[in-house]
Amino acid sequence: MSSTFDTVANIISETCDIERAKITPQSHAIDDLGIDSLDFLDVAFAIDKAFGIKLPLEQWTQEVNDGKATTEQYFVLGNLCARIDELIAAKGTAPA
Amino acid sequence: MRLEYFLLIDRIVELKLDDHTIRTEATVPTSSTIFEGHFPGHPLMPGVLLIETMAQTSGWLLIAMHKFARMPFFAAVKEAKLRTFVTPGQVLAVSAKLVHDGSGFAVTKAEIKCEGKPVCNAELTFRLVEFPNPSFRASMENVAAEIAFPMEVLAHG
Repeated sequence: MSSTFDTVANIISETCDIERAKITPQSHAIDDLGIDSLDFLDVAFAIDKAFGIKLPLEQWTQEVNDGKATTEQYFVLGNLCARIDELIAAKGTAPA
Repeated sequence: MRLEYFLLIDRIVELKLDDHTIRTEATVPTSSTIFEGHFPGHPLMPGVLLIETMAQTSGWLLIAMHKFARMPFFAAVKEAKLRTFVTPGQVLAVSAKLVHDGSGFAVTKAEIKCEGKPVCNAELTFRLVEFPNPSFRASMENVAAEIAFPMEVLAHG
């Protein structure tokens, strides 16, 4: 979990030019860090590459728009890292 | 190229879905009002239009990969390098390769060569969304036919 967070925080810091110290597991990517949708594409690209996964951004956006989820579930960094860990675990158990 | 319609590629030369690559060709028109201003007495193809040419080439690759179910909209350009001047009448060889197919976005690397020499290159990002309406998609299919989009590749892969 901590290594996932460190990687994600470093990606956000470098991609969005945000001071690393300001990025915490409690930070909301949009509300607290001010990352807009275009910058988040860069973040998602870097996360996908770093972890060998594909963040399901469209599914998450749809769930938020439909009221089935909150942005906090996906965009508070601690939660985002938990989703990333789930995707990594799912990748490891997926059939070849 | 039909600059007045913002159609910057003339034809698709090769489309390889397995390799995630595309090659297109585009001939810079010998005359255009654009060259009257860019620049008087010294006509040059604007660099932004070269970037758009790479974007349109990448866009056709992405349309093919998503089998006309998604429309790519140009969102970002990085590391664009305009290496040499392009003048009216020159024939451009454009190529693009998918770098990443994300959820609702894609990233390509594209380049243009002229007579075998590098002209420009860039990394391009696109948002991929559903076509806004059926007529939009139909218009893109019409353009596809004009530029020899190989519809048969959609049956494979």
